[in-house]
Amino acid sequence: MADFFFHTMPGQLVLIVLETLAVLVPLLLGVAYLTLAERKVMAAMQLRKGPNVNGPFGVLQAFADAIKMLTKETVIPSGANRMLFLFAPFLTFSLAMVAWAVIPTGNGLAIANINVGVLYLLAISSLGVYGILIAGWASNSKYAFLGGLRSAAQMVSYEVSIGLVIVSVLLAVGSLNLNDIVLAQRNVWFCLPMFPMFIVFFISALAETNRAPFDLPEGESELVAGFFVEYSALAFGLFFLGEYANMFLMSGMVSILFLGGWLPPLGIAPFTWIPGPLWLIAKILFCLFVFIWVRATFPRYRYDQLMRLGWKVFLPFSLAWMVLSAGFLMVTGLLPGGAG
Amino acid sequence: MMTQIVFYVFAAVLVLSATMVVCARNPVHSVLFLILAFFNAAGLFLIAGAEFLAMTLVIVYVGAVAVLFLFVVMMLDVNFARMREGVQRYAPIGGMVGGVLLVELIMAFTHWRVASNIDQIGHLVPSSPTRTNTAALGDVLYTHYIFLFQSCALVLLVAMIGAIVLTLRDRPTGRRQNIDRQHDRTAADSLEMLQVPLGVGVAAQGGFLRPHTSYDVAAVPGTYGTQAWREQETEEETQTALVVIAPATGTKGQDNA
Repeated sequence: MADFFFHTMPGQLVLIVLETLAVLVPLLLGVAYLTLAERKVMAAMQLRKGPNVNGPFGVLQAFADAIKMLTKETVIPSGANRMLFLFAPFLTFSLAMVAWAVIPTGNGLAIANINVGVLYLLAISSLGVYGILIAGWASNSKYAFLGGLRSAAQMVSYEVSIGLVIVSVLLAVGSLNLNDIVLAQRNVWFCLPMFPMFIVFFISALAETNRAPFDLPEGESELVAGFFVEYSALAFGLFFLGEYANMFLMSGMVSILFLGGWLPPLGIAPFTWIPGPLWLIAKILFCLFVFIWVRATFPRYRYDQLMRLGWKVFLPFSLAWMVLSAGFLMVTGLLPGGAG
Repeated sequence: MMTQIVFYVFAAVLVLSATMVVCARNPVHSVLFLILAFFNAAGLFLIAGAEFLAMTLVIVYVGAVAVLFLFVVMMLDVNFARMREGVQRYAPIGGMVGGVLLVELIMAFTHWRVASNIDQIGHLVPSSPTRTNTAALGDVLYTHYIFLFQSCALVLLVAMIGAIVLTLRDRPTGRRQNIDRQHDRTAADSLEMLQVPLGVGVAAQGGFLRPHTSYDVAAVPGTYGTQAWREQETEEETQTALVVIAPATGTKGQDNA
């Protein structure tokens, strides 16, 4: 059996398909329940009950929403660019899925343990803007278009600070491999020595996923619903899934870069009994909770404030921190060797 | 075998999409085909084992440059009919430029000579399996080519500063935000209860209502209100039109001056 999977071509293909399913099925289920969790958590924070009709505690609400979404009519606006209009949600959705190929859930437990894992994640997340931009343009509607343009400017701006924060982390690791990044945090998670960068990264992740308080691309009050105002039924559902999967992905990146990935907080007995993947899931869920918490707490930024924060605060700050940490590592001799 | 098939798929799609960049009628489609071409080029890099270059190509060109292209092209007001008119007029010139380039390419390829010491120069892929692509690239860039590398960075910096200088406009009447001043502002600075006489409207005040103190500091003198109002204002030293309700006295109003 093992021989079939590891040494024959069809066996390897089957193995890859199984691995992919093992990541995507829990991810999609997680997305379905994240929507429910978001409504429940926000309801609790606002002293409401949230969805509580479908099933006990409303647990079937996610499926009710999915069925409603699937049975609605797909409306394509007249004057829309049909092909690009339908292509955009698929792009957003599939980009949010393919990034998971490199996320390690345990030591060496990734579908693809590649040497440039961080760059792959950066590349995939920088592509996310196309789904939104194409959707905004192909809808042939001014609200959608304005939403798309806002989003493009926002995501490009915050990618710069994300990139610089990642460079600071990489300086301390000496490798672009995600597995090595987690292993480098065996002694101390990077969120402690690099606490400011942790915060900058988290806020940039909020902006990158278009979440509150940076959800200007949607901006209900001025743009109706932003770039996906013209979408309905399955296409809208794909955007929705893609956005929430992106939240999972960003939480995964925060966990891997700063919260020690699958590593337990302390390498001693009661913590090491829990398997690594569960630690990673717990950390991702914690980050998602903070995402929701932030949404329930902060009012939306004004657009110029958003740009100011990205370019005039985060960019200089993360750049200075990068230079400082490089200097610190060099002086103290902690700079990891160039083996990676 | 497998690698060859993948190579030909990538190469074919690359050439096709590069052709479509030129042929597509809609400029937005052109940019999207350009992105597809970048992707396939990254795929070719991956096959060659240059994973760092592949990822950098996607991050820099697809993630940043092409986004700005798309941004600009989407906002262009393109008149397709007029664009097609131009084709016949510019076809000879375009054909000539293309022909010259083709001849040059043929000349370059027929006289291509390979350096004799090509074997001693490092390969695209590092020979040692323990040394990753990224590290190997760093080894070369930060040692033998450090000055060239830094000069590239300087050229880019100059270009960036140039772009900022060209687009920075500092008009004296421009409205700028001073974030610190916005934060320091309190209700007492910016709010003043005004009362306008009934049936008169705000035309006498220049079409808008604003507390006295604010327009004296915020706006450049002579840029607000109507011409007639400004003249009246300078004569009377801003004392008649605006009336303040004094909260403590409870009287109907008193002169602001």
